[in-house]
Amino acid sequence: MWARAACLGLRASAAAQRRGFTSAGADPQGSGRVTAELIEHLERLALVDFGSQEAVARLEKAIAFADRLRAVDTDGVEPMESVLEDRCLYLRSDNVVEGNCVEELLQNSHRVVEEYFVAPPGNISWSKLDEKGPSHTAE
Amino acid sequence: MAAPVLRWLCPGRCWAFARIGGCSCHGRGVPTASTSSGKRGQSSVARQSLITAQEPRKGDREWAAVVGLEIHAQISSNSKLFSGSQVHFAAPPNSLVSFFDASLPGTLPVLNRRCVEAAVMTGLALDCRINKKSLFDRKHYFYADLPAGYQITQQRLPIAVDGSLAYSVCVGKKLGQAVTRTVRVRQIQLEQDSGKSLHDDLRSQTLVDLNRAGVGLLEVVLEPDMSCGEEAAAAVRELQLILQALGTSRAIMAEGQLRVDANISVHHPGEPLGVRTEVKNLNSARFLARAIDYEIQRQISELENGGEILNETRSFDYKLGCTVPMRDKEGKQDYRFMPEPNLPPLLLYDSASLPAGADPQQVINIDRIREQLPELPSVTREKLVRRYGMLPEHSFALLNEVGLLEFFQNVMKETRAEPKKVASWVLNTFLGFLKQQNLAVSESPVTPSALAELLNLVERKAISSSAAKQVMDLKKGNPRAINKLIGLVRKATLGRADPTAIKEVLERQLSG
Repeated sequence: MWARAACLGLRASAAAQRRGFTSAGADPQGSGRVTAELIEHLERLALVDFGSQEAVARLEKAIAFADRLRAVDTDGVEPMESVLEDRCLYLRSDNVVEGNCVEELLQNSHRVVEEYFVAPPGNISWSKLDEKGPSHTAE
Repeated sequence: MAAPVLRWLCPGRCWAFARIGGCSCHGRGVPTASTSSGKRGQSSVARQSLITAQEPRKGDREWAAVVGLEIHAQISSNSKLFSGSQVHFAAPPNSLVSFFDASLPGTLPVLNRRCVEAAVMTGLALDCRINKKSLFDRKHYFYADLPAGYQITQQRLPIAVDGSLAYSVCVGKKLGQAVTRTVRVRQIQLEQDSGKSLHDDLRSQTLVDLNRAGVGLLEVVLEPDMSCGEEAAAAVRELQLILQALGTSRAIMAEGQLRVDANISVHHPGEPLGVRTEVKNLNSARFLARAIDYEIQRQISELENGGEILNETRSFDYKLGCTVPMRDKEGKQDYRFMPEPNLPPLLLYDSASLPAGADPQQVINIDRIREQLPELPSVTREKLVRRYGMLPEHSFALLNEVGLLEFFQNVMKETRAEPKKVASWVLNTFLGFLKQQNLAVSESPVTPSALAELLNLVERKAISSSAAKQVMDLKKGNPRAINKLIGLVRKATLGRADPTAIKEVLERQLSG
């Protein structure tokens, strides 16, 4: 059993080397280092504040941890969609059974006007240095 | 670049819509006349004769435009795509919103069977391959009317792919010269609609109504096989008729049930495709062709002046009649697509693969749906032409107005008149009358029986056709003209027709 595990281990590292042990989007030269540019991009996309260097370091560790998945040889193995993929997707009948709870819903909102939720105008530009004011990605 | 050029990026001075080279379907900037492109700025006899006040003056080479469309149609269903709240056009704000629609924690999507059936029906009608397995994904972006911060859509594997849509365009000046074109359907996918934002610039805030959030949409992606606004508008119109015939969407643009985004680029024939722009907010049938042609012209002008086209999103400003960039300082959007973890794959079956003993409520049989598909507009038109020897353009016109076909068929039931005559009457006199009075077919004071009787009279030569037309005019209300008509009829029948009888018939026409 140990011999087999050792064989697998050898095969795994070879596979890892073949693939190149880098994480997507990380600095290709560094060892899974996350660039400032990427942090900025992520902060804007996810509205998450990475704040400190500690947070960035934690992110890098998380990526490195996840990268160990690449050590597994998945050649010829069909990827799963999700762990639920062999469950049945339930189909609901087209009946009206909910809604009509505007008062309850509005309680969650910091500000309301009549029966509307109030939000800031459009999307506020991430860059607070932007003097032109909020940008607007209207539909 | 010595020759003067009309610039259309100046705000407020938008280019009046000009047809390119006569027929917009050719997409030419300036008709090819002179020799080499090195001779810009020099006038040549041939070029001068082709320049009109409307056409841009630059360039010798032909341009070809390429137009692709993304059409969103609201599914006609009682409840939303993933929740049981009601789908309804006008309702008090936030009254048709469930906890899931408001994206409250702990809620989960539950797929509406009717929406899946609508997608399969539409896919079959557009000759698509229905994917027996399709997947749901999350498309992330932040906006106030998208409470979850993502939209559930089908990016990786949509429900239907590889179809085609046939539509008709007029070529040449005569009405009868129509050709059929096809555009490939890349895919059809199910996705959620977002809520509605009302921008209050005065108080610098946005009011959000989530009634529309979560309503099921069919996104129909048409390949860039179209070359001008007219073709795009015709394709959209045909899709609208198909959706209405299927009952899968009411597809009324004015109610936001059918929304179109266009992807437009220009290039010289034989060269690679140009940079494309996306034009959003094309929500009016009337302005669709115009907006697309404007953008094509704008791109041609820009390139002919040595400028470049940015891969950007633009919006059509209806008041100014031109496209304007939508300010998006975030650059290219990264939607961070990921599989929707709360929904397993959607599996569809056909008669062969239907699992035995399955709950019929929980399985969808594509073959069954195909068998029960309503008649498509193209088939209806074909039948009209075959059955009545009708002109194809008449068959198009009959289907173009709600209720008109039914009206025509009801008249046909009660008259001996020739179908071509009836069609002509219905499409010209009757429809013209309705348009003048601003009435829908359903509001017509003239019933099919009344028109049938009138036509019978004309057929029997009891009254002349111009007299019959006058009867229609009488509907506007001048009862005394009835006597004039009686006189005409007597004249036409050489005095043999009994005035009382004529009066009776005519009065019936007026009251019926």
